Amino acid sequence: MSRRLLLGVFGKEQDILGVTSAARKSGYKIVDVYAPYAVHGLDHAMGLGPSRLPRVCFALGLFGAAVKVWFEFWTTAQDWPINVGGKPWNSLPAFVPVTFEVMVLFAGLSTVFAFFYVSGLWPGKKAAIVDPHVTNDQFILVLEQSDAAFDISRVKRLFEAFNVLRIEERLAEEAR
Amino acid sequence: MAEAYPVLHEPWLVGSKSPAQVTEDVCSTMERKPTAVWWIGLAVSLFFLGVGVVAVTYQIATGIGTWGLNNTVGWAFDITNFVFWIGIGHAGTLISAILFLFRQRWRTSVNRSAEAMTIFAVICAGIFPVIHMGRPWLAFWMFPYPNYRGPLWINFRSPLVWDAFAISTYFTISLVFWYLGLIPDLATVRDRTQSGWRRKLAGVLCLGWNSSYRTWQRYETVYMLLAGLATPLVVSVHTIVSWDFATAVIPGWHTTIFPPYFVAGAIFSGMAMVLTLMLVARKAMGLEDFITQRHVGAMCKIVLATSGIVALAYATEFFTAFYSGNPYEQFAFWNRAFGPMGWGYWIMVSCNIVIPQLLWSRRVRSSFVAVFVIAILVNVGMWFERFVIIVTSLHRDFLPSNWMSYTPTIIELATLAGSFGLFFTCFLLFCRFVPVIAIAEVKGILRHDQRHEAPRAHTLAGHAPAPATALRGSAEEVHP
Repeated sequence: MSRRLLLGVFGKEQDILGVTSAARKSGYKIVDVYAPYAVHGLDHAMGLGPSRLPRVCFALGLFGAAVKVWFEFWTTAQDWPINVGGKPWNSLPAFVPVTFEVMVLFAGLSTVFAFFYVSGLWPGKKAAIVDPHVTNDQFILVLEQSDAAFDISRVKRLFEAFNVLRIEERLAEEAR
Repeated sequence: MAEAYPVLHEPWLVGSKSPAQVTEDVCSTMERKPTAVWWIGLAVSLFFLGVGVVAVTYQIATGIGTWGLNNTVGWAFDITNFVFWIGIGHAGTLISAILFLFRQRWRTSVNRSAEAMTIFAVICAGIFPVIHMGRPWLAFWMFPYPNYRGPLWINFRSPLVWDAFAISTYFTISLVFWYLGLIPDLATVRDRTQSGWRRKLAGVLCLGWNSSYRTWQRYETVYMLLAGLATPLVVSVHTIVSWDFATAVIPGWHTTIFPPYFVAGAIFSGMAMVLTLMLVARKAMGLEDFITQRHVGAMCKIVLATSGIVALAYATEFFTAFYSGNPYEQFAFWNRAFGPMGWGYWIMVSCNIVIPQLLWSRRVRSSFVAVFVIAILVNVGMWFERFVIIVTSLHRDFLPSNWMSYTPTIIELATLAGSFGLFFTCFLLFCRFVPVIAIAEVKGILRHDQRHEAPRAHTLAGHAPAPATALRGSAEEVHP
């Protein structure tokens, strides 16, 4: 199913922030915003909730640490105990450094891979480039012309109030 | 308040750059033909790398009897180089992670190259313990894997095992952090390049980045999480390196001050190395507008602060030895300063404590030549610090009949030169093929008048947009 999209191209951070929140307040469906850098406050303007990636980080970090503690205990105290300087088989305090390192490794790598997964990033992916300028100096707000109530002339006036550089209509075949 | 900012503070970048200019300035350094200075630098680095390769091949083929070690001095040049290089790496993580958490926005101009420096320094560091094993082809024995020797597991109580885990984790996380930061910039390279291998390669490596803000938001979250993880990680790495020494019973090593002392020293030497590299890179790559007086000044202040911490650690060590009442401990420190290798100690004190005091003066901080010389001297001093800790603590131990001296052989010197060759070869290639400045991050700190239009009243029938600042936190629901 194809969707009718309306793109507004903007040149300044202030304008994209303003136009995005105005569009959202007026009830337009924001498909996405494209920006050359992480503009602070744009997530609030778009109404995005906070990312759930910290949960992945916490859970996998905890998992890595737990597995490592168990593994160190199993190798050192159960599978093949070796007397090293008369230390106890289960030398828990000495296991702390490696456990910490493995926790950081698990938490870091899993967060990054989860990020790649949810954002659909992988090597060789054909990028859906809206406009080559969005990685350079322009900001693009994409609205969906969802229903009959979508009054294109009103949207254009809204865009113009925020110094729009260019307005484009596009048909999108797939979701994003 | 935002409007007052540019009035009260000098901008971080020279000139009022627009985002497009930032892209152009940074990317054009990679698109131009390399300068003669770059070629000469690469040739010299490759020469030393070659020397190192020959030396390492020879010592692996012959055995580490080619070193100047003896029964008493069992650790010397090799471990000194290892600790030196690991320490260099730490400043990169300080800039990329710790300064990020502290919202020090000046880091954006230097973080990319400082992180690259971290990765190359850790590679250099990792080579030394592997050679020291004597049979480096069995290096994988450091990691626990099911094997036909029992399976015989590694000793998780040993700081050397902790070290192997700490350094491999540190390398992996630093690499991932660096690559994550590169992704948006690789997309910028892809989009500004018309065709050819550069566009193809950047297109594959940027993983199909399309600047969607939904991705940006997650990206920022991941970046912050990695910074939060890297901060305790960097402290843990040098702490564990210091435990290699502190858990031994050698006088001069067996002390609880080692972890903070090593971490501060690592950041001190690393920041001096960042200064050295940045001062060269800004000239060689024409990045004077991005790495400015203020950046150099800020880094000088970090060098000065960490120099103070290191000075305090030296003094504390001496006091502890004096106050311990332990004759071996007292002798170890007396021998450090006034023994046959006292010259190393005094090089260390003058380069690490006395000379950096010049940085209190604004005139010195604003002279790039002076800063460059001081940074090099700090690096020399910090190399000698590790030499002093390792060799002078070992060469005169409990029994005078055991006392020996130590001189490095030509092979050891060639290996050190080779590690510098490797480091600079990597760094020069990085300067040439990767955006040396974090383009997307710098765009976020451009002067306000470049990013913002002066606020004006938007009045329109049906729409009454509030100023952007008032909207923060007002929206809760997620848009489909």
